[in-house]
Amino acid sequence: MSESFEPVIVGFLCNWCSYRAADLAGTARIHYAPNMRPIRVMCSARVEPQFVIKALREGADGVMIAGCHPGECHYVDGNIKALRRYELLKRMLRQWGVEEERVQLVWAAASEGIVLAAAVDRMTEELRALGPLRWGETVISGNGHEQALEEAPAAEEA
Amino acid sequence: MDEKVGVYVCHCGTNIAGTVDVEEVATWSGEQPNVAVARDYKFMCSSLGQELVEQDIKELGLTRVVVAACSPHMHEKTFRGACERAGLNPYLFEMANIREFDSWVTDDREAATHKAKSLIKGAIERVVHHQPLEPLPVEINPNTLVVGGGIAGISAALELADGGFHVYLVEREPSIGGHMAQLDKTFPTLDCSACILTPRMFDVGQHPNITLLSYSEVEKVDGYVGDFTATVRKKARYVNEELCTGCGICVEKCPQSVVDDVFEAGLGQRKVVYTPFPQAVPNYPVIDRENCIYFQRGKCKACEIFCPTEAIDFEQQDELIEIEVGCIILATGYDPFDARRIARYGYGQMANVFTSLEFERMVNAAGPTEGRIVLRDGETQPESIAIIHCVGSRDQNYNEYCSKVCCMYSLKFAHLVHERLPNAEVYNFYIDIRSAGKRYEEFYQRVLAEGANLIRGRAAEVTDVARLPDEEGKLIVQAEDTLIGQQRRIPVDMVVLSIGIQARHDATEVAQIFGLGCDFDGFFIERHPKLDPVFTMTEGISIVGTCQGPMDIPDSVAQGAAAAARVMSMITQGTVMMEPVRASINADQCSGCRICNNLCPYNAIVFHEDDEVSEVITALCQGCGSCVAACPSGAITGAHFTDEQLISQVVGVLWDVRQPELVPAEEG
Amino acid sequence: MTAKEKPKLAMYWASSCGGCDISVLNIGDKILDVDQAFDIALWPCVADFKIKDVKGYPDGYIDLCLFNGAIRTSENEEMAHLLRQKSKVLVAFGSCASEGCIPALSNLTTKEATFKSSYLDNPSTDNPEGVLPQPVTKVPEGELHIPVFYNTVKTLDQVVPVDYVMPGCPPEPPQIWAVLEAIITGAELPAPGGAIIGAGTVAVCEECSREKHEKEIERFYRPHEIVPDPDVCLLEQGIMCMGIATRAGCGALCPEVGMRCAGCYGPLDGIVDQGANMVSAIASVVKAGSGALAGIDEEELAREIGKVMDTIEDPSGTFYRFSMAHSLLTRVRSNGDGAQDGGGR
Repeated sequence: MSESFEPVIVGFLCNWCSYRAADLAGTARIHYAPNMRPIRVMCSARVEPQFVIKALREGADGVMIAGCHPGECHYVDGNIKALRRYELLKRMLRQWGVEEERVQLVWAAASEGIVLAAAVDRMTEELRALGPLRWGETVISGNGHEQALEEAPAAEEA
Repeated sequence: MDEKVGVYVCHCGTNIAGTVDVEEVATWSGEQPNVAVARDYKFMCSSLGQELVEQDIKELGLTRVVVAACSPHMHEKTFRGACERAGLNPYLFEMANIREFDSWVTDDREAATHKAKSLIKGAIERVVHHQPLEPLPVEINPNTLVVGGGIAGISAALELADGGFHVYLVEREPSIGGHMAQLDKTFPTLDCSACILTPRMFDVGQHPNITLLSYSEVEKVDGYVGDFTATVRKKARYVNEELCTGCGICVEKCPQSVVDDVFEAGLGQRKVVYTPFPQAVPNYPVIDRENCIYFQRGKCKACEIFCPTEAIDFEQQDELIEIEVGCIILATGYDPFDARRIARYGYGQMANVFTSLEFERMVNAAGPTEGRIVLRDGETQPESIAIIHCVGSRDQNYNEYCSKVCCMYSLKFAHLVHERLPNAEVYNFYIDIRSAGKRYEEFYQRVLAEGANLIRGRAAEVTDVARLPDEEGKLIVQAEDTLIGQQRRIPVDMVVLSIGIQARHDATEVAQIFGLGCDFDGFFIERHPKLDPVFTMTEGISIVGTCQGPMDIPDSVAQGAAAAARVMSMITQGTVMMEPVRASINADQCSGCRICNNLCPYNAIVFHEDDEVSEVITALCQGCGSCVAACPSGAITGAHFTDEQLISQVVGVLWDVRQPELVPAEEG
Repeated sequence: MTAKEKPKLAMYWASSCGGCDISVLNIGDKILDVDQAFDIALWPCVADFKIKDVKGYPDGYIDLCLFNGAIRTSENEEMAHLLRQKSKVLVAFGSCASEGCIPALSNLTTKEATFKSSYLDNPSTDNPEGVLPQPVTKVPEGELHIPVFYNTVKTLDQVVPVDYVMPGCPPEPPQIWAVLEAIITGAELPAPGGAIIGAGTVAVCEECSREKHEKEIERFYRPHEIVPDPDVCLLEQGIMCMGIATRAGCGALCPEVGMRCAGCYGPLDGIVDQGANMVSAIASVVKAGSGALAGIDEEELAREIGKVMDTIEDPSGTFYRFSMAHSLLTRVRSNGDGAQDGGGR
């Protein structure tokens, strides 16, 4: 994790808007940071908070959930469900000491390749500034219980 | 997990290989667990590329396939086909998008190669958890419901009926015809609108395969593609359709007249018992209960007294009719923009400011002025007319979009004024002239040649406050003429506001009834803006005409016919195969908590009160996964997007940054 | 084991409140059957055993070890390793051992913050010199050692392999007896490897007799803010009942008497993270944001929804009341900037 830290972002893109926006960004050769690793879901409503947390736990420095704009969801209001979950999750991330920039909800219509590309660029910059998350190495293992175990003398009695 | 995965990395010529080290990626892929073979190839989508996959499935016994190439929206179908031809269930395939998502969005070869590996690793981890799926066959009821009897709905209905299939055509107003019936001439051919429309309306009325339900509205839709049940409210007309001959004596004898805000756009009057216009289909009148003297004061009944067939029935009630259909075509049309919203144009305040719809009625020989262009007093012929384009369109304060038809009908108005009032001056205030369409530009040139004054500039205001002597008693249109870079004040006798096309005021409620989405502007959302413009995300429901977005008559007709063709193709197949990406509930795991019950936008989830479990009606499910994500018991599975598949993909794409697990050391 | 020799039973408490032991005793007269069936090899709550006694047992000497309590200190961990070694069947007994339970709520903060509130800022503590527990203390006679207090509370299965998990805070006596009876009578248990025993397979709602309807929650209430309708699902009334995301087995004791289910029986099969699962479920049925969406102001929408979420007091502590140590993230991040008050608000 030297000065050349490149954040890893897991992106959940909905099939109808944001995935197509990313397709369009590609077709239009809009260059943006290669830091996001996208995963396709049919709708942002399929994204469970569990997936987001899992990604953070497994080494992602950030997670982007991208869906259609409110009112434009191909499944009527799936993105609203995503928004509700995100708003609650956001409040919990705060409690967990995870910076708000690390989990972002982005709206991008199928025609908004440039919006999606800009969002990835912006998020990548923000995460570069924040530094790595690396939950297992720095949060769980880095909390000193291994060292404590070594220091701990054998207890004599129960 | 012991699968034999084949990984195929496409060069796409240099589209991918120019940025991604495809050989390196293929070699690396070959070293991943579960991967039996990994190859790179120039063009995977070519027949040779596909054969490569087929051959490996057959010879190496591959159980899973990953193709790393372009977007799945491009070629997922192609490679699923290849798998299927080689005897592998097509859903045991996964695509890694290393072109649109990778090689095309960066120049950094090292980063692109690394990202390609990550996407492929995600796909490998995911695909080993894939399950074979079978498309779902659904039987199609051959009857079709068309909602809305404007030109788009009429076209769809006639195409289907002529093809031999039964259609229920539901129209909210007393007659079909829609906005087209109000128009005088149609651009650019100047065909008489009524002359070309009424024969089609008549055909609808007479067609043995069309059940016309006018003065009716769809209240509820249940079911799914192939098997919808629509509940239609047939509003009381107070006229018995069985007995009425459409003679019109009741209309003649009715003593009460009111302003006709609908068909005559407020410019004319109609009786309280009325047919909207002489060629109405059906030709049975309707009693306007709110304004009827009998309904208000309990006396009159002139219509009943004079009706020769005793068809007037004041006791008639609304009727609810259930219709069973396989497909639904929505053609619910548009609302004209309310010109009162733009106060600076003075509509509703200054008498001689008219809307374009009023002007249509005015120039129509069958309209309230019998085709005479006159001021609000009904007599004075204007000597000068200003036509203001883009009223409520291309304006961030109202509608950002272009209403598409206003330029052309505004030019048509200029022509009609020249035709009827050869000495009158016409000024068209426009932002741009949008005359894209067959013979549209030629029509524009013709109108120019006729001497219309085209002023490029959005009109700033319409006022009756004169500054100069020759402005006295006139309406003054102020605009910056951007061609000469000057402010201009043009005094005229009459102003016509070319109002735009808006989504129906109740479009969102209608969308909810049919389980559709509306865009920002309230127009229904098509399945794909380019490649599937008439179908919607709800299987079996199409949208045609202006309920989908602003469009002109030929486009509306084409869409109506296109939807009809799609429906006919479904009907003639008898059954359609649907994507098996659906949710299902494991009843043994369901606690009956009912969290999922109202999450489904398609009402696909039902709760069984007796055994207290919920169930997904497979044919209704569109596979969004809302309920799958919400189920707190893990009882709902989303086929092809299971928790296991998605989490494996998450873990896969993070292959290079995986974190140590908190696991106990092995004992002893 | 000769015919006369009885199987050996151990019950140990690591970081726990003692409720699990009481719950075992609450099986009533059946405790005599237990005594009849087993020799007690270790049960600190009931009889005096020394750790050296246990160390003296041959490996696998204990036939059944009910281990309750979380792994909070080095002593807890050491005992876990010792009992794993000496036991044929090791059961993570109760919520602390199986998923961290109340002790693991301190994973929402740091060790330093926990010490601060336990030893310094606590109104009932008199500690003017600010003495904190030290693993090693020098005294004239030599060094005194006490166990090390970990920063992160762990579950039993995070330190040693566990054969069975018996959830609940505490496990309900009838469930305890059912399991013990099965073992005594030699009935077949599920395959070991962390299998759940002594609990249901569906959510608490299955056992709850309240009427359930489609859900659309306008806001949430804390228990003191509302008098719930006695017949209707608590969650529908805005009370954060975790029954939907919690394994049955308790008989829906809490919701049946008008208390929200706090989630002590843990998540259902196939659910990795009970809290995340609860978030997904209840956020989905919040009313804000439903209805017409055309032309909606996106920021306003987020604010509207956020307002409802703000009515959930301490969401992490609520949704992970029992499962924090076993959650995906295990603990919160202290970010290296000194103790951060992670828990609560």
